[in-house]
Amino acid sequence: MALGYIEIDEERCKGCGLCMNACPKKVIRFSKSFNSKGYHPAEFYDPEGNCIACGFCYMMCPDTAITVYRYEKVAANK
Amino acid sequence: MAEKVLVKGNEALGEAAIRAGCRYYFGYPITPQSELTEYMSRRLPEVGGVFLQAESEVSVVNMLYGASCMGVRVMTSTSSPGFSLMQEGISYMAGAELPAVFINVVRGGPGLGDIQPAQGDYLQATKGGGHGDYRLIVLGPSTIQEAIELVMLAFDLADEYRTPVEVLADGMIGQMMEPVEFPEMRSLDTLPEKPWALTGAKGRKPNKITSFDLDPYKLEEMNLRYEATRKRIIANEQRWEEENIEGADILVAAYGTVGRIMKTVMEMARERGIKVGLFRPITLWPFPYKRLEELSKGVDTVFTVEMSGGQMLEDVKLAVKDNAKTPFYGRMGGVVPTPEEILDQIESLVKGSENR
Amino acid sequence: MNAKVVMKRPDSLSKIDFTYCPGCHHGIVHRLIAEVIDELGIREKTVIVAPVGCSVFAYTFFEIDGTVASHGRAPAVATGMKRARPDRIIFTYQGDGDLAAIGTTEIVHAANRGENITVIFINNAVYGMTGGQMAPTTLIGQRTTTTIHGRDPKAAGYPIRICEMLSQLEGPTYIERVAVDTPQHVMKAKKAIKKAFENQINGLGFSLIEVLSTCPTNWGLPPVEAIKWLQENMMKFYPLGVYKDKTREEAKEGIV
Repeated sequence: MALGYIEIDEERCKGCGLCMNACPKKVIRFSKSFNSKGYHPAEFYDPEGNCIACGFCYMMCPDTAITVYRYEKVAANK
Repeated sequence: MAEKVLVKGNEALGEAAIRAGCRYYFGYPITPQSELTEYMSRRLPEVGGVFLQAESEVSVVNMLYGASCMGVRVMTSTSSPGFSLMQEGISYMAGAELPAVFINVVRGGPGLGDIQPAQGDYLQATKGGGHGDYRLIVLGPSTIQEAIELVMLAFDLADEYRTPVEVLADGMIGQMMEPVEFPEMRSLDTLPEKPWALTGAKGRKPNKITSFDLDPYKLEEMNLRYEATRKRIIANEQRWEEENIEGADILVAAYGTVGRIMKTVMEMARERGIKVGLFRPITLWPFPYKRLEELSKGVDTVFTVEMSGGQMLEDVKLAVKDNAKTPFYGRMGGVVPTPEEILDQIESLVKGSENR
Repeated sequence: MNAKVVMKRPDSLSKIDFTYCPGCHHGIVHRLIAEVIDELGIREKTVIVAPVGCSVFAYTFFEIDGTVASHGRAPAVATGMKRARPDRIIFTYQGDGDLAAIGTTEIVHAANRGENITVIFINNAVYGMTGGQMAPTTLIGQRTTTTIHGRDPKAAGYPIRICEMLSQLEGPTYIERVAVDTPQHVMKAKKAIKKAFENQINGLGFSLIEVLSTCPTNWGLPPVEAIKWLQENMMKFYPLGVYKDKTREEAKEGIV
């Protein structure tokens, strides 16, 4: 179960791939579509819920195009 | 009236800046103005100011750029070769509309030249020594008392028009001593507000100061703004002295130290029955073209005398056009012309035109 | 299940898109600076002095007061600023052409005066904005548009190690070389940048952080391979680490 997820600002992204390279869980890939600058932006793709919200993608992004979210732990027995 | 004190020109220039509310000086030693730098190193700490001797004049002008960005009155003093090193920085300050005062105690040139008084930097000063469309306000004192007044004026003009201002003195004015009076110390809280300064974006949008824009149409807009300022300066700030004009046989155009020597020449000429009029520009930029043009209609000859190969001569010709003859006499290399040699020139010019 | 934001664009970055090439490390360093400014709460009294180079636009990328210095002169501009308003936080952001070539005099003397400013120095071994010419930090044998057969020291001298050079001076307080090639190094780089700003806030004097950075476009490498090249070449010639830290020396002697 994913610990979190990321949002990618497709217009700010320049398709450099550094986020994918850094992501330990390989849950980011290039989108098939183009942004207005003609780049294939990065795309969050996490069907199996592997994202651990470590933020490595955020740290490596040269354009601060990524926002990282972490699910809040709901106490098991509440 | 404040009492008179006997003081060296260089030191008077420094004290004048302090009286004008300047508390920041960045400089570099260079003859014949080093006493000014030394004076500021002693005096500024006495008034809570900051003195810094930089590693080069290139650094000096950029320190002025920085201090001016923070909204303070700031200055430097240098001499010809040092001032040449500051040209890029001055062009940046003109483009960033940053006020500051540059005192240039001109010496013999070009190149290393010598350390004698000279006026060979007129064109650099008045036509813009750096790149791009800009001009500096340039003030030319002829006595130490006038230099004091012009340094104080320089700070006011710099702030009012947001531009660097140059006081074009020379080795004579810097090195000689004269009794002078200093005006009262201006209190710092009367200095003009500078909302554009980079004091930190607290309670406002960030301020950006730069001479830069890659978009030519935006850069042209910036240039049109500078041009409008120049037009205002030309309209409001022309200053000159004229003396003995009525019925003069010949009108002499001279500024700074040569303007002062002319006072003696005029007296000596009177004894020889020659009436010499003097037109002494004080603002070298904006040059008083209109007034000189008017005066040139009433004389046969407008005779330009400079300690150079003939530089203000070009502005005199622009003003006089073909209303009168525009002969020239100058000494270069830091040689200061004597009243006698100037008078001989005048005599031959006046006699020449009489027995035609 | 609701989620909360854990990492987002720092407030001290303006809305303007970065003009840098895809994968250029300038953008990472900008973000680190903005995070530090946010965390130290100094946005409203910080001023950036941008250089001439790819980062000439940096003065618009931060939501702070800013100016652009002429090429190489940022340390002098910053000196003038700091002497005029010592209570403001002034930092320069400079490339290797700006700082280590034309601006060598200014950086050496600002450091030697122990000027209480913060310098962020980006070393990507080429002149980026002008199209990839040799810089003072270009490695031996490295091809650039002005060393097309590789830099030959007989003709073009040797690459300059700025941290090692400046740390010989008495003046500087803190000098560290970092990189932003991996998340771990990004975190370390941020710590160094934060310390450099804290030194200034605490009036401890001159701090310089050199950041090894990629220049994919002018190195002719895709962003990920550019990082590999940096790791295998630049990091060998420019070892990461702290080259001077007066705050620790003085701490030992109980001064700080």
